[in-house]
Amino acid sequence: MKCTFVPSVCSYCGTGCGLLFETIDGRINSTIPMKTHPVSQGKLCIKGWNLHEHINSPMRLKQPMVKTFGRFINASWEEAIQITADRFKEIIVEHGPDSVGVLVSAKMSNEENYLAQKLARAVFGTNNVDHCARL
Amino acid sequence: MTNSIHGIEKSNCIFVIGSNTTANHPLISRRIMRAKEKGARLIVADPRGIQLSRFADVAIRHRLGSDTALLNGMMHIIIENGWQSSAYIRERTEGYEEFAASVKMATPEFTADATGVDVEDLYQMARLYGTSKAASLLYAMGITQHTTGVDNVKSCCNLAMLCGNVGIPGGGVNPLRGQNNVQGACDMGGLPNVFTGYQPVADEKMREKFSKAWNCTLSNIPGQTITDMIPAILDGKLKALYVIGENPKLSDPDWNHLNRALKELKFLVVQDLFLSETAQVADVVFAASSLAEKEGTFTNTERRCMKFEQAVEPLANTLPDWKILSQLSTAMGYPMHYANPSEIFDELAALTPSYGGMSYARLGLDGLQWPCPDAAHPGTVYMHKESFSRGKGKFHAISYQPPAEKPDETYPYFLTTGRMFAHFHTGTMTRTSPHLDIEQRDGYVEINPEDAAALQVKEGDMLTIISRRGELDVPARLTSVVNPGTLFLPIHFGESAANILTSSEAFDPLAKIPEYKVSAVNVYKSKPPPERV
Repeated sequence: MKCTFVPSVCSYCGTGCGLLFETIDGRINSTIPMKTHPVSQGKLCIKGWNLHEHINSPMRLKQPMVKTFGRFINASWEEAIQITADRFKEIIVEHGPDSVGVLVSAKMSNEENYLAQKLARAVFGTNNVDHCARL
Repeated sequence: MTNSIHGIEKSNCIFVIGSNTTANHPLISRRIMRAKEKGARLIVADPRGIQLSRFADVAIRHRLGSDTALLNGMMHIIIENGWQSSAYIRERTEGYEEFAASVKMATPEFTADATGVDVEDLYQMARLYGTSKAASLLYAMGITQHTTGVDNVKSCCNLAMLCGNVGIPGGGVNPLRGQNNVQGACDMGGLPNVFTGYQPVADEKMREKFSKAWNCTLSNIPGQTITDMIPAILDGKLKALYVIGENPKLSDPDWNHLNRALKELKFLVVQDLFLSETAQVADVVFAASSLAEKEGTFTNTERRCMKFEQAVEPLANTLPDWKILSQLSTAMGYPMHYANPSEIFDELAALTPSYGGMSYARLGLDGLQWPCPDAAHPGTVYMHKESFSRGKGKFHAISYQPPAEKPDETYPYFLTTGRMFAHFHTGTMTRTSPHLDIEQRDGYVEINPEDAAALQVKEGDMLTIISRRGELDVPARLTSVVNPGTLFLPIHFGESAANILTSSEAFDPLAKIPEYKVSAVNVYKSKPPPERV
């Protein structure tokens, strides 16, 4: 049996409490508070203590899907990405870059948000980028 | 936050307005309690009787949407009694005269009338805040989600500057941000008008810098906010939408309006952990890996950029968001080949002055607080120490504007929306967690026992709530947490979606934030379903 404790940051509210994911044989077993963390000082709230549960949820999506005739069909990443790229290209050619919008996420990492707005601005060619900060 | 979370403990007086801190930021409310143990005074202003109110030296329930009136009233009393910090105002600020003249009108009697707050309570609030050495102001969406959201925030800043509380330890204007990386998403240019680090897209020099780094041409037209995108879809201007890790079907105002808009889209892509309400109507769904299945950084509400590590392999055939984005970009003809998130971080740090001194190696377990402009900079614990970003702090003369909707004969109740302790936002994460789901399974509406008695409603009876936008059935919860004439609806529950009732037309003209905190509604006991024969 292999057990690890991996440092992470709670992904619920904006406080940013430090925590450790306890993994046993490659599966997350629990969330525990990080004693030395400058924000949370070894404490967590009810949501933080249960952070691993949404990760282990059986309702998680497991592969990309493409809607065909009103129903979702499982697709490979190559297919899903290619279909998406082609559709965006078509729409941009037909209606211009500002006919496309990107909603980035307050749940993604900084690196991913950076890439998402780079994709919108450099690749799509639009500044239609926003996220749920207002909501 | 201009200051830090641990800095709250150094405060002599904490003023919480429009934040249900114990429910929504529990580990920040812990710091408030610690400060109280050390002798700090606590003022709580919230239209509901929240948990924190019970520990407050002064707790008031002001009328929904009357925040500017309340803050102006406090400042009036502070100036009348000479509690303002004259040296600070002289040396660090401008526009004081005009502002002071505007506050003169906000007499205690006028304020009491606009806010419903007792004059004596108002005086005590002003005295505690105005005479404390270092006072910290904390707010959340109770301040911002109004048609006067920007005015409300400016009023908070006026109050803090008036008493010399910006740029000192234990002071500050401290918005508590709702999502774990909403600060980071803003810092990273996830906004229609700015690149990373709030560098405007309309500024030619900035465009030049980014277009050189990215090797492409860039549009100089600021884009549309989420609030503008919906009407743009209905006007046929916006044809395709790429939604990442969001559930606008539940979080955006006026559900019926939005649903019509989503149907008009030619192409909708949703990237998420779950098949959210929005993902269900998408054309393509990208299955993303979770937090524990990748590495990266988040920036919290006190500007602290922190590293998280990969704990397990991605679930099934999911991919981390950065890989999906890179692959899509490559397929669109703009190759992105990053070996790991650390490479992306180095690229963004080089383009973002406030992150300039950060790297994975430096972040460690504690992270760094921006601004951190160079590799030797220790990060910034509290901001505006010697001067403000613009030089002098500007006072804004602000007059009280009532909310867009007020109760009338047809819609005699106030409705406000918010959150509860066990759930998060639209519930996609918390409602799939057994230990959180069990705390609260279904939606509910809070109603004062007096109103309930008048409607002959018992705990758990179904109520029908009607606004100008739509109607919704939801079980009643009888509680004096809400005042008579006011209803409170949590936003987490898709089956009783609060945003069926809210307005997409009432939003702040500048910030484009919808007025989720105030709607006018009517309510009655639902008719029982017809019995089966």
